[in-house]
Amino acid sequence: MDFEFLARIIPQIAAGLPTTLLLVAQSLALGFVLAVLVALMRLSANSLASGFAYGFVYVFRSTPLLVQIFLIYYGSGQFRPFLEDVGLWVFFRDAWFCAVLALTFNTAAYTSEIIRGGIQSVPRGEIEAGRAVGMSALQLFRRVTFPIAIRQALPAYGNEVILMVKASSLASTITILEITGIAKTIIASTFRPVEVFIVAGALYLAINFCVTQAIRLAERRLAARSSVSGKKPVRRSEQIAVAR
Amino acid sequence: MDLSLLAWGDAGWGDQMARGAVVTLLVAIAAYALGIVIGAGLAAMKLSAVPPLRWFAEAYTTVVRGIPELLVIYLVFFGGGTALRAIASGMFGYEGYFDLPIFLTGTICLAISAGAYSAEVIRGAVQVVPKGQLEAATAVGMNGSQRFWRVLVPQVARFALPGLGNVWQFTLKDTSLISVIGLVEIMRQAAIAAGSTKEPFTFYLVAALLYLGLTSLSNRGFDQAERWANKGVRRA
Repeated sequence: MDFEFLARIIPQIAAGLPTTLLLVAQSLALGFVLAVLVALMRLSANSLASGFAYGFVYVFRSTPLLVQIFLIYYGSGQFRPFLEDVGLWVFFRDAWFCAVLALTFNTAAYTSEIIRGGIQSVPRGEIEAGRAVGMSALQLFRRVTFPIAIRQALPAYGNEVILMVKASSLASTITILEITGIAKTIIASTFRPVEVFIVAGALYLAINFCVTQAIRLAERRLAARSSVSGKKPVRRSEQIAVAR
Repeated sequence: MDLSLLAWGDAGWGDQMARGAVVTLLVAIAAYALGIVIGAGLAAMKLSAVPPLRWFAEAYTTVVRGIPELLVIYLVFFGGGTALRAIASGMFGYEGYFDLPIFLTGTICLAISAGAYSAEVIRGAVQVVPKGQLEAATAVGMNGSQRFWRVLVPQVARFALPGLGNVWQFTLKDTSLISVIGLVEIMRQAAIAAGSTKEPFTFYLVAALLYLGLTSLSNRGFDQAERWANKGVRRA
């Protein structure tokens, strides 16, 4: 192990950290919104909407992310004249746009299933109670169904976030220099994969450790206000006893 | 889109793409089999009474599951060749340049992560087997290997089947990553065809459809296997 070399490549590889984080954050944010829409379509009574959502989820979960990225980034080149005519080529020639688009669709497909599971786990009584007090459909979703569904879905969503952090490395195959892209460039020019692997790997592990902790914290905060998590609500007298 | 490009034989790329699909399937099967062996070993370590073995297995699964597969592939591809050349010149005095065979390299890369994920699945399955059954086996006089093969393995296989089905799904999809080191499977073949015909969309679409077909077929296979394995189980 060459520690001088190690010290030299740490700042080089760490320079890719903001790129990785931005890529993941953008795709997760867009993907989550899309996932909620897809989950609602999947659960809707309209068979056209639920069929479309099923097909979307099926296709994106059954094909490798790499194919999806290449299909969008390289594949769009085949329709360049058309895309230029309609003014969309500026987006599709941009590797960043293509990477975010592919990652967004991919995570939306997986996340929509997680959200669907969460929504289906909402106890019937809660929804009936909401209706009984006169909530509109939107109020019911915003105040009852969605908060409970998210709480249920949180652990699985934490896994999805970690998978996305790993998946963002594929953006390096279409010229984006995030952590893995920089690591590959250094390996190819120095032929010292072990040191590079240690530095880049440690960065990913650090990111994923933070993600795990954040999800755990969120779970605890959401669970504290919940009475549906299976635990009995704390009685006033017990609270006082704890406070003493 | 020009579909005559997909013709069989010299005129089109149909047979090359099909051959790519066969390579994809072969590398996936080899990596999956090796991955389950690694996973079973790691699961045994995780459940062992020897602390260093447990630590090693925990560290392995944590690290491998937290790091992108692509990074592991670069490590094995570039590092493996260097290490092997060092051994060849140090031990055998061979000074020529050679690379690792890519099929083997690809298999190892994918087996490393398949092993980490299947370790968790197998460990979970072992823990579900009721302790009383093992005690009963001892009581009727079975020895260690009889207990293992007759009581533990059949049940662990059944409990682990759904989880191992997932591991197969993503091992199959992860084979696309091996294209970056040059194994001519579906992705690499599609890239070659796309480059020479200037029709990238056509060929990546064909690649996507091939993966879709492979995952759908194997999904059905695993469903059937589960039904077969649960044949004798009473449902509540």
